[in-house]
Amino acid sequence: MTVTANGPLPYGSYDVTVVGAGVVGCAIARELARRPSLRVALVEAQDDVGQGTSKANTAILHTGFDAVPGSLEARLVREGSRQLAAYAAESGIAVDPVGALLVAWDEEQLAALPHLAEKAVRNEYGDARLIDRPELYEREPHLGPGALGALHVPGESIICPWTTTLAYATQAVRHGVDLHLNSSVSDVRWRDGTHLLTTSRGTLRTRHLVNAAGLHADTLDRHLGHHDFTITPRRGQLIVFDRLARDLIHHILLPVPTALGKGVLVAPTVYGNLLLGPTAEDLDDKRATGSTAEGLALLREKGARILPALLDEEVTAVYAGLRAATEEDDYRITAHPEQAYIAVGGIRSTGLTASMAIAAHVTELLADTGLDLGPVRDLGPVHMPNLGEAHPRPHQNAQLVAADPEYGTLVCHCERVSRGEIRDALASTVPPRNLDGLRRRTRARAGRCQGFYCGAALRELFERAEA
Amino acid sequence: MTRPEREVDVLVVGAGPAGLAAAARLAVAGVARVEVLDRERQAGGVPRHCHHGGFGTWTHPLTGPAYARLVLAAAMRAGAVVRTGITALDWAGPLALNTVGPQGPETIRAAAVVLATGARERPRAARLVPGTRPNGVYTTGELQQAVHLHGQRIGTRAVVVGAEDVSYAAADTVRAAGVQVVAMVTELDRSQTAIARTHNARLRHRIPLLTDTTVTELLGHGRLSGVRVRHRDGRTVQLACDTVVFTGDFVPDHELARRGRLDLDPGTRGPAVDGALHTSRPGVFAAGSLLHPVESAATATREGVRVAAAVLERLAGAEWPRHTVPLLVEPPLRWIAPNRVAPGDDHPYVLRTSALVNRPVLQVVQDGRLLHKEWLGTVIPNRTLTLTAEWTRLVDVTGGPVRVTLTER
Repeated sequence: MTVTANGPLPYGSYDVTVVGAGVVGCAIARELARRPSLRVALVEAQDDVGQGTSKANTAILHTGFDAVPGSLEARLVREGSRQLAAYAAESGIAVDPVGALLVAWDEEQLAALPHLAEKAVRNEYGDARLIDRPELYEREPHLGPGALGALHVPGESIICPWTTTLAYATQAVRHGVDLHLNSSVSDVRWRDGTHLLTTSRGTLRTRHLVNAAGLHADTLDRHLGHHDFTITPRRGQLIVFDRLARDLIHHILLPVPTALGKGVLVAPTVYGNLLLGPTAEDLDDKRATGSTAEGLALLREKGARILPALLDEEVTAVYAGLRAATEEDDYRITAHPEQAYIAVGGIRSTGLTASMAIAAHVTELLADTGLDLGPVRDLGPVHMPNLGEAHPRPHQNAQLVAADPEYGTLVCHCERVSRGEIRDALASTVPPRNLDGLRRRTRARAGRCQGFYCGAALRELFERAEA
Repeated sequence: MTRPEREVDVLVVGAGPAGLAAAARLAVAGVARVEVLDRERQAGGVPRHCHHGGFGTWTHPLTGPAYARLVLAAAMRAGAVVRTGITALDWAGPLALNTVGPQGPETIRAAAVVLATGARERPRAARLVPGTRPNGVYTTGELQQAVHLHGQRIGTRAVVVGAEDVSYAAADTVRAAGVQVVAMVTELDRSQTAIARTHNARLRHRIPLLTDTTVTELLGHGRLSGVRVRHRDGRTVQLACDTVVFTGDFVPDHELARRGRLDLDPGTRGPAVDGALHTSRPGVFAAGSLLHPVESAATATREGVRVAAAVLERLAGAEWPRHTVPLLVEPPLRWIAPNRVAPGDDHPYVLRTSALVNRPVLQVVQDGRLLHKEWLGTVIPNRTLTLTAEWTRLVDVTGGPVRVTLTER
């Protein structure tokens, strides 16, 4: 098992290199791991997997009911949704099938609901159903006044995006994929049937190249002489509310998309928080992951209408993610057989849901670019630590605590994370390289106190493991 | 799940000054099975990591850790059982709690429960301070533990947000860690601590105090590189620093109170209690900073003693609930504790103002009837304001809420 974070990259040539260890890149690497004859590298600029767009999304496992019918995105979301649901169940990724309500707040939105229901059918999703005002308020008694009706989409679920990415990466690494972190790709040359990647850790050679560089996919694409798409970072700011707010809603509350934009949602997370967001701001700066006073004020104003009681609850986190928006409304997955190169661009917030189907699609395209995939094998399953509230957490499992008291010793009190879970994460296949990475693997320090009680103790555990 | 059950006479949640003082007093009074739970590995609560003076008494001054040891020793000497590393997860009944610790899960039933779960500072996110999410962002609580309990390195240049007592304690800890305090920043127009302390920081340690100033943005990827601040007059400036400490802005740790559906006071956000520290649930009491985020350790200790008296009455068969009426405050007052009142409640109240008011009149009124009136000196936000309980004998328990107002003369 190879995970590297420093030193020069290996000299030998890989059969396939995937650039970008976000949820999509990790899914592709995992899919390629099923082909034991291939030598595969997964190269990431940052010090952990899922550090870009993948870590800051709305964490929804979509049905694809509202995709553009007939688009690549619609197909991959539909297929990927089923695949990921099954994979999550097998791998211990937290999923909670709470269902969604698209809430109409004015006549225009109400009039749009039947069209959305029809669109869902065209996307092969038949369970969407219009519900009237009384049923809406019966289902969501804390909803603000003035809602007129809703479309109920029972198949929409919430999922843990961090565990998903990590499960893919873990399984890929355990099956022979080399994960190289801290390797920012600054140039690519295609020469004599080999790609030479210039990275911050030296040169890497590969016969086939998959560009899953997310926000930077267009830059990499241009190094290979293509101008197929331009990525405009679209910032989405989100506010996370404390778990004590969880009982305020029972579904994902989605806005009805109109000509004026998509609006914001209020959604539970598998960890038991509530999310409010996102904003949608087109920017130039691919590093602009800061929140703004205007963005937060806008979210609070919208949140006050959707769920007035929410604003009284404690905020545990504010974050901003950058979505990789392109000039078109669909994924941009393009094969360039003459260069043994696949560009995977414009994967928007649905990419988490579609990730496994994107991986299968990209693998087919790789075969089309002349790659001999060789024999297929089934991968040994991974069993990821459960971060969700729908199933017992380690401290709630008496047998586990009896067998190992470290699972009964809580370190992070707000999120109830035990020393045992911290220890396991620090010793895992793809270990965290800082406290944020530890948080995404365990929830430690993700709660209402943000480290007031546990921050120093967690740092102590982390630094002791490093030493 | 197999969950062994056990019974005690009094279960105290939280081994800070309030919980330990209550346990000590109950055990001394002869209650056989008094048990205190704390989720931390060491008992003592917040004073454990307050490595500064100001604890104890005038004649016997102590540091925080020494004070923590003192209250812990008193409880144990009296015969109370103090169990650390045990988390009270949720309620298993009106007077029973589910717990977990290294020995596994348990359900503990009691004749009376005392909640003394304390308070914490609001972190950066809860204050909705915009910007990136770099490393180097602290609350005082985390900072003090990092420096005093774990000897961790902090950074090189720190900005301290706040100018109240706890902010100056944070500045002291920052300096003790060998870190320069670039500035202290407060939205108010003056510091909210003792004049001597303000002068000491500014003149002796040369720490600039930026008044009327708000932190508007955190900067930096990976590590904090600076904070942007804005003065009330619109000027903005960027302070280069790798560490920022958000101080004060305390909120009660009310998770158990909420999970138990106890009535909460909208001002303090802690459980609503009367003068004898009864909550809305028979048999459940509350004490300490959970009720008033926050007062001194000495106040918490006094309250522990006071709640013990009420618990003893309850164990002897006293009625519940007592007849009480709500005690409400009007702006600029933020909260008062206790916040329900019964005739004859005889302990003073603590209050907070959100705005500085020069020499105001404080009035206590029920249904248009003036119960009490007093003239005060300047009242300052983030500082303790007290109100006598002498007027409580005039309260009509069949009347409306009692209101406390603060007006300029």
